[in-house]
Amino acid sequence: MSEPRGLRLPEVFARHLGGHLGGKGEQADIVPQSRLSGPIPWVIAIMVALMVIAAGGGLALRNTGRAAAAELSGGITVQIIEARADERDRQARAALAALARTPGVSEAHIVPQAELDALVEPWLGDGAVGASGDPGAGAVPVPALIDARLAGKLSAQRLAELQAALRGAAPGARVDAQSTWLSPVFGAIASLQWLSLALIVFLSLATAAAVLLAARTALGNNRATIEIVHLLGGTDAQIARIFQRSIARDAIGGALAGTGAALVVILLLGRSFAALQAGIVTGGTLRVADWALLPVIPVAAVVLATLTARWTVIRALKGML
Amino acid sequence: MSEASPEARAAQGAAEIVQFDNVGLRYGTDREVLSDVSFTLFPGSFYFLTGASGAGKTSLLKLLYLAQRPSRGAIRMFGTDAITTPRDKLPLLRRRLGVVFQDFRLVPHLSAYDNVALPLRVAGVSERELAGPVTDMLEWVGLADRMAARPATLSGGEQQRVAIARAVIGRPDLLVADEPTGNVDPDMAVKLLRLFEALNRLGTTVVVATHDVHLLRKVPESLIMRLDKGRLADPTGALRYPPRRPVFGGGVE
Repeated sequence: MSEPRGLRLPEVFARHLGGHLGGKGEQADIVPQSRLSGPIPWVIAIMVALMVIAAGGGLALRNTGRAAAAELSGGITVQIIEARADERDRQARAALAALARTPGVSEAHIVPQAELDALVEPWLGDGAVGASGDPGAGAVPVPALIDARLAGKLSAQRLAELQAALRGAAPGARVDAQSTWLSPVFGAIASLQWLSLALIVFLSLATAAAVLLAARTALGNNRATIEIVHLLGGTDAQIARIFQRSIARDAIGGALAGTGAALVVILLLGRSFAALQAGIVTGGTLRVADWALLPVIPVAAVVLATLTARWTVIRALKGML
Repeated sequence: MSEASPEARAAQGAAEIVQFDNVGLRYGTDREVLSDVSFTLFPGSFYFLTGASGAGKTSLLKLLYLAQRPSRGAIRMFGTDAITTPRDKLPLLRRRLGVVFQDFRLVPHLSAYDNVALPLRVAGVSERELAGPVTDMLEWVGLADRMAARPATLSGGEQQRVAIARAVIGRPDLLVADEPTGNVDPDMAVKLLRLFEALNRLGTTVVVATHDVHLLRKVPESLIMRLDKGRLADPTGALRYPPRRPVFGGGVE
């Protein structure tokens, strides 16, 4: 038999490859990448976008709650409930003086009548309350309000003591903690925060499930090739690396796209809420630390997708000899 | 071939490549496709596995290249119990094997070059190190100008040569070939047989399953393993207890 091109047969072996080599191996193209992940980048993009929006919403709600709590912390409202305007004004001034003498009251002022008129106008209409609060014909007597702030923590006992202190100067005075009015709002905010957290958890589970299905499908599609790699001495870890690398690449692309879209949505929503100029809402803007926290979600999604792919593939490979 | 004494067999035991002991194989609940198969393969031996269609040749080869576990019996490969070896250790055994599948099993989206390079890549050989051997091997099997071609564009014979090149590129300790010359012309069949012989001279144990009786005569020193209805014909016991024989490079096992 003639040896082609002057190459003697044993040279093919003798010149190279003394023995069996070990190592991680290079499997970049063993399985076609386009057949691995399918729609996974899109799924991850959508999931990450929803998770980032949910996280942004949750953080904004937390900031809203904190801002409102800080605003109302130590704040009390003294209502002077008296039908006669002159007596109401007298009691209001007396209550203000009593508050000024009370230790721990850092600030107190009577809410101007014009503000009160503006407050009730949407419900009672223009002219329902006289400019001086004088209940003329058809005018409604509105309680006088004193807005005060206490130093330190507000407790039910402290409220009772204040009520007792004011009783002598202003019998018609009623003391309320401002935070009490908003406790249902705080409750709702806390519920929404939990909801956003639950959304993130469920979306993470859905992402993992999508990756699991994609990895299984890809394994099925490439089963013949994987068997060959196995028979040639490929390890489970080598094969798993092929899949997890592909899924990680797709997950990174999807996560970047999803995060970008989510940030645009958050910015637009933030701008819309800021335009409302409502105190409780504008307190919910995201801070620098919040913006720094949001990228954790896409990174976590990529890690989750990669680990899910690895776990799925390793588990499936255990079924092969 | 004369039957060796138990003492001689014990002396030979350490050097065995493969040892089958009363191996049986059945798929599901069907009857056994292999029954009481016992033989020993030593380094540097050349075997032809023959038998009629359905005799169990491919099943036996599957056991040899660790694609299948037997239903019963014992198999030792390279001094290791292949049946109880943990899954994560099997790749190390498989990397010492070269396999030519009857249906080639080339990876369809990889070029001829990449298919031949696959075992080396799996074993962790760098691209720089594998480029030379892969190119030489493809040149040797006459496919130097088809290196970039994908299997679908290769003829049956060309695919077979790629499959053979892939099987031998890592210089395996045991080469298992299922009808390796079935799709090539007689000249190429002889040439490929020479390749196996060259490997054999370098110490590789070769097992070739074939129907081609003419092929058997081309390797005079070969041993014949004849399967008949799942049983290995070994009237003299030479397959189970082979005699001491010289190996490549001189000396006696």
